[in-house]
Amino acid sequence: MRYLPLTETDRSAMLATIGVDSVDALFRDVPEQARLKGPIAGLSDHMGELAVERHLSRLAAKNTTASTVPFFIGGGAYKHHVPASVDQLLLRGEFLTSYTPYQPEVTQGTLQYLFEFQTQVALLTGMDVANASMYDGATGTAEAVLMAARINKRNKVILSGGLHPHYRSVVETTCGVMGMDIRAQAPDWKNAEDLSALIDGETACIVVQTPSLFGHLRDFTALCEAAHAKGALVIVVVTEVVSLGLLTPPGEMGADIVVCEGQSIGNGLNFGGPYVGLFATRDKYVRQMPGRLCGQTVDADGKRGFVLTLSTREQHIRREKATSNICTNSGLCALAFTIHLSLLGEQGLTQLAQVNHANAVTLADKLEAVKGVKLVNDGFFNEFTVKLPKKAAKVVSKLAERGILAGVPVSRFYPDMEGLEDLLLVASTEVNSLEDMDALVRGLEEVL
Amino acid sequence: MAMNNQGRDSTPHAVTVAGEFVTFTGNKALQQEEALIFELDNPGAVGVDLEAPVTTKTRLGGVKTRAGVGLPSLAEPDVVRHYTRLSQKNFAIDTTMYPLGSCTMKHNPRLNEKMARLPGFGDIHPLQPVETVQGALELIDQLAHWLKTLTGMPAIAMSPGAGAHGELCGLMAIHAALDARGESHRRRVLVPESAHGTNPATAAFCGFTVDTIPAEENGRVSVEAVKAKLGDDVACIMLTNPNTCGLFEPQIREIADAVHAAGGYFYCDGANYNAIVGRVRPADLGVDAMHINLHKTFSTPHGGGGPGSGPVVLSDALAPYAPLPFVVHGKDGFTLVEHAKDAGKAQPFGRLKGFHGQMGMFVRALAYILSHGADGLRQVASDAVLNANYVLASLKDVMSASFDGPCMHEALFDDRFLKGTGVTPLDFAKAMIDEGYHPMTMYFPLVVHGALLIEPTETESKQTLDRFIATMRHLTEKAKAGDLAHFQASPRLTPRKRLDETQAARKPVLRWVKPAA
Repeated sequence: MRYLPLTETDRSAMLATIGVDSVDALFRDVPEQARLKGPIAGLSDHMGELAVERHLSRLAAKNTTASTVPFFIGGGAYKHHVPASVDQLLLRGEFLTSYTPYQPEVTQGTLQYLFEFQTQVALLTGMDVANASMYDGATGTAEAVLMAARINKRNKVILSGGLHPHYRSVVETTCGVMGMDIRAQAPDWKNAEDLSALIDGETACIVVQTPSLFGHLRDFTALCEAAHAKGALVIVVVTEVVSLGLLTPPGEMGADIVVCEGQSIGNGLNFGGPYVGLFATRDKYVRQMPGRLCGQTVDADGKRGFVLTLSTREQHIRREKATSNICTNSGLCALAFTIHLSLLGEQGLTQLAQVNHANAVTLADKLEAVKGVKLVNDGFFNEFTVKLPKKAAKVVSKLAERGILAGVPVSRFYPDMEGLEDLLLVASTEVNSLEDMDALVRGLEEVL
Repeated sequence: MAMNNQGRDSTPHAVTVAGEFVTFTGNKALQQEEALIFELDNPGAVGVDLEAPVTTKTRLGGVKTRAGVGLPSLAEPDVVRHYTRLSQKNFAIDTTMYPLGSCTMKHNPRLNEKMARLPGFGDIHPLQPVETVQGALELIDQLAHWLKTLTGMPAIAMSPGAGAHGELCGLMAIHAALDARGESHRRRVLVPESAHGTNPATAAFCGFTVDTIPAEENGRVSVEAVKAKLGDDVACIMLTNPNTCGLFEPQIREIADAVHAAGGYFYCDGANYNAIVGRVRPADLGVDAMHINLHKTFSTPHGGGGPGSGPVVLSDALAPYAPLPFVVHGKDGFTLVEHAKDAGKAQPFGRLKGFHGQMGMFVRALAYILSHGADGLRQVASDAVLNANYVLASLKDVMSASFDGPCMHEALFDDRFLKGTGVTPLDFAKAMIDEGYHPMTMYFPLVVHGALLIEPTETESKQTLDRFIATMRHLTEKAKAGDLAHFQASPRLTPRKRLDETQAARKPVLRWVKPAA
């Protein structure tokens, strides 16, 4: 077997050194009735590379890949072009096959990119400080809610109706088990909710999103002021991080914690994971933050170097008193984010955001000209909601048969809610050509 | 052009230079000093060529745009060189033996990377209509099938994003099952003192109280110690098996039976599953829930600290509470259950993650399982245990093994062999770095003094182990010979010497800030 270097000669020699007759003797503590006598039933014996490639390629070929069709699906994960050098660098074994940098002298590479990542996230979000990443945006949001409750020792959480429904569910599940009082608002597809009226002296935090699930753009400056006046924290979620190349960052609106899904930069769609959660806050809250943190220090010669720090917040030191149970972060996805953002730079990021918005504007203009299609949004970044004269799920299904992946029917998130069946989320990024857009327009004209 | 061979010396000069060699640049040939990316800013440069926007019209609904972000500007060659240089400052499995106990640092096959990058897996969106992602759902179903078969368990939750996230999933299923039984008063969780820190942290995260079970002299948990803690307020026990001392818990069946008889559940921390994969099925040990770190046993790359993946196998008692979403196979192919109303008789406790789990890791793990096959997986556990015992047998006369008898996949030593030398386990580990080895896990588990936990894994050859053993024996002799200064000054050959962690924590500098002009 190609991954196992021991030969039978080696094994015999090693057993002799150990002083036992067989490997079975080393398993003597396993209760007799729990020892499998032979290989697992049903699984074939080892396969060569070619056979494994054939098996998996057959499965892969059954899927419609985003790059091969007119593609307008967003809803929290976005199709962007990732420069070739990002993946080439990720595949360097020194990054790929290294562990969490607990021995800083031999992991300065990982530590330095995490420090760069933290800085980039702080700059993008307009916040003071960021951690070394979370599993994804949804889990990061639940961690942010728990962090807010630790800070002000309150129990009530208000979730905006513009928040991504998966994020809402993860908060309800994770914070619900802790006994928090979670007030999720109805889906705010009309961008009409007024959350400041809901904040009271019991409110730990309020969770809002921009662009919202429906693509609406919001300025939360007034909301932050209202929340702070009552001692509540504001958590701003961003699921399309490219928008921060163009729009006012949450930090400038007064946000206390910002959580983003970082997939859009550096990371492919991957059918939903692995992705990378970005998590940023104010300096004053840093000791209540979950997750790993990389910090700058000096070595024995006084040279600048980096280490994991403030680990007294973390589970391996604090055990049941830790700020979170999180251990693994999303290191390699964070590296992909960091390299891609470094390639983009100031000019590239701004331009990428402009191209995304321009494509969405162009598509929105084209769709508004289709009979029966109504644009819901006043403003948007690269995703918006349209109201169709038919059920959106059916329309999406019919367009998929025609080889067009048109968007996300809101009913996929809210299957039982009346009034949402006709709503379709449509995203357009830099990957969409004018031909793609025209194909969608023609397809819609046919099926409506 | 290349250098002409004519007219130049082809043998080295016979010359010696006294004193420490310091270069002008601070670089040491292949080892380059590297500034932060922000300090390499080259205003005007750009690392991507994007097309111009098709329109300058905006529809932002009146919200404000930002003035700038403050990112540095670099062309592609400078970005590539920067991150390549950073990579050269890391130890990795690809470059050296990485015997980090409890972390299972084994070879990461590149075939798995290639498979995960097939566009049919890497370039599909989680919200595509299910009829366009049948192969992806089938892959998840196949992996789920083999993980259930290998563990003997009837059900699995695939979405957890890491081991600790899997623990959370298991404990939330237990929480939901107890609530459904009308036994919400069961809120005490038994955790041995040798447990990973994530176990008590997870229990507390779920609102449980943690009750610690002391370890026995022999490094095991005894059924008597567990029985002494049982009561009608116990929700579950969280037990790692093989445990963090690298030992199989011989009384595990009796412990499982006692916990079940008292109305509690048995959560098994599967971090050390590599020792028994293909040889022992956790179901036969009485387990109700166990997470599987795909990034350990099934060799998805650790990536400098993630991403991981932590599917959780579940017993019949806990299966109904598995979280959304999950894949089911119906008459029209595979579908994805994303809402409780579609879950039939099941009562999912909620959702743990955006979308459906770590698909990229699922592809790699399935490639790993198929590559090894039934014979190879059994050999994985056998060779992992053989390698650890070989290290134990070859070092126990010079280092102090904590417990008698064979170990499983990792060998635990403590610092008694360093007594009187002044050398600490940390000093010893740092000296290993200069010899070209990543240190073993230190000061964990907490049940022995100055723990040194060595997990070679099955992908190290005998030749590599022999060299490692010889190095460890050499360092042990050096410590016992009184060469304290050598250890305290280690490492000396790394890009940075020992770092001041106290300063880092006291005055945290967590980001770069542009210096005042």
